[in-house]
Amino acid sequence: MNRSLRPLLATALIFLFAYLMAVGQHPGMLSTRVVGNFLTDNAFLGIAAVGMTFVILSGGIDLSVGAVIGFTTVLIAVLIMWVGLHPLAAFAVALAVAALFGAVMGAAIHYLRVPSFIVTLAGMFLARGGASVLSPDSIGIEHDFYTAVSRSYILMPGGGRLTVIGMIMLAVFALAILLAHRTRFGSNIYALGGSETSAALMGVPVARTTIAIYALSSALAGLAGVVFSLYTSAGYSLNALGVELDAIAAVVIGGTLLTGGYGFVAGTFIGVMLQGLVQTYIVFDGTLSSWWTKIVVGVLLFMFIVLQRLVFRAGPRRT
Amino acid sequence: MTRPTIDLRPTTQPPYPRARPIHAFFTRPQVIALIAVLLVNWMLFPGFFTITWQDGRLFGSLIDVLNRGAPVAILAIGMTAVIATKGVDLSVGAVMAISGAVAATLVSSGVSAPVAVAAALGAGLLCGLWNGILVTVLDIQPIIATLVLMVAGRGLAQLVTEGSIVTFSDPVLVFIGTGSILGLPTPVVIALLLMIAATLAVRRTALGLLIEAVGVNRSAARFAGLSAGALLLIVYTFAGFCAAVAGLIVAGDIRGADANNAGLWLELDAILAVVIGGTSLLGGRFSIPMAVLGAIIIQAMNTGILISGFSPEFNLVVKSAVIIVILVLQSPLSARMFRGRSGGNSGKAK
Repeated sequence: MNRSLRPLLATALIFLFAYLMAVGQHPGMLSTRVVGNFLTDNAFLGIAAVGMTFVILSGGIDLSVGAVIGFTTVLIAVLIMWVGLHPLAAFAVALAVAALFGAVMGAAIHYLRVPSFIVTLAGMFLARGGASVLSPDSIGIEHDFYTAVSRSYILMPGGGRLTVIGMIMLAVFALAILLAHRTRFGSNIYALGGSETSAALMGVPVARTTIAIYALSSALAGLAGVVFSLYTSAGYSLNALGVELDAIAAVVIGGTLLTGGYGFVAGTFIGVMLQGLVQTYIVFDGTLSSWWTKIVVGVLLFMFIVLQRLVFRAGPRRT
Repeated sequence: MTRPTIDLRPTTQPPYPRARPIHAFFTRPQVIALIAVLLVNWMLFPGFFTITWQDGRLFGSLIDVLNRGAPVAILAIGMTAVIATKGVDLSVGAVMAISGAVAATLVSSGVSAPVAVAAALGAGLLCGLWNGILVTVLDIQPIIATLVLMVAGRGLAQLVTEGSIVTFSDPVLVFIGTGSILGLPTPVVIALLLMIAATLAVRRTALGLLIEAVGVNRSAARFAGLSAGALLLIVYTFAGFCAAVAGLIVAGDIRGADANNAGLWLELDAILAVVIGGTSLLGGRFSIPMAVLGAIIIQAMNTGILISGFSPEFNLVVKSAVIIVILVLQSPLSARMFRGRSGGNSGKAK
């Protein structure tokens, strides 16, 4: 088999192994109900992690995603409850604002030649601050559209519910896999992550691609905000605190190389599911406290980083 | 790996090169910025510069700025050294939570305060050493290596406190957070001492030069016979130590260890302070006193926003504006504009 698929395979095997272990202890976890909740509860994280995958593939990092999610939820709540827009119109405005925000960050990263983490750090402050300037308090959203969405789902065999937001996440992953592996934009991202200089020499439009990557990441964070808003029916400036870390962890656990240029969007999906599995296991177990989630995710992160180092040090040099 | 190590003691003391006239200090952009922020605060609140002597210690808004700014200033001291080696330490906030949790838990279980403080500092050193090992031995990018502890650290702190907020009334720990020495608040004195010690260590020995060498080009430094790995280990361990000290101060201040909120997002404030202080993010050029000044500027802005009646969250907007201004000023683009035609080989810095 293709040796470049090995890390992806390793991640998938570890997920399967962990899931089987969990099922061994709590047979109740092997049901479509649990799987349905997996998808629903991690939908916003998954969508944000897709954007993060593209950014990391290009050799950068985006610390602003959690703040953009929080900002989007507040903006949507304000537009629906105070301005009186229809939710769909509010979503469109929020996505446009988020994409523009990301494009500005991408432009700053490219033209000012500063490390991406500093620019997106400023973006994080700006988005959180902007959200709390809009409204420091949590705004509840009451709209027929929200109730309709939360009531609609597809019943899976076994009683599991595939909710709308779960389907949105699956659709985002499917589109992102196509975008990464079947389009010119996708190849440009991989080229940038491999080496910016070589990419530029090969004729990759570096400026346009960088701006598009960060616009995409922020737009997906905006979409995650939409999903979060549907999920909680509220807008709050401190929503999704620290989600950027979970998203980075999911990307790394999914086998994407942090130096850029190598990785799979599908791996990120497994990374998100693995984090969901840890959380669900802790809920099922009942005796473990929630802080174990952080520790286990930290340990997983460490394991996968070390694994990557070993694999890429031992293997032949990629060109 | 056996590589020749460099003797850290300079053989002959060179004449101290940084003796500048006093007016050069006041024309530094950071000093001008601080004075401007303080003046704005004074216009908003006329009593801003009033300092009174009460119960054997100084009181006043200015003292308060120094006192509140001390934890970030201490973090910034360690962070400066890390950033000077072209790295970054994202875990300092989590290490603060760990150190506070260790000290509070030990003290409330009856261990004497000095032992608890030593254990907390030891925990910080261990955390820093862990980061250093990831960066040097496993050769992981610093931002990712320290991310591991940033994610897991708060979980570890909660493990130590068993999920609750551990409160204490131990006089020694409370003194570290809220006491006073010679009229000055203890955190300010600790920050000052640490700053002076660190500045002397890097400027009066070759240590600073070695850090700059590693920051400019790690491979070149290694080829020049420098044990870059050992140096990085020291730098990250020192950053962990600074974070532990800051964690003790914050825990002593609120008389308790809050594993969830102690030091939350302070790593970002510390990085911002270092950047304001003029340390280059690309490594190689750094100043510890200027980073401390940067921390004081940040705190003066915080205080100003509180005085002027804006919500504290408005701070974040101001901070991001400050970062953007600094980035634009530091970028090669504006350097080219200022330099005009003379800047021939700028640009492609990456």
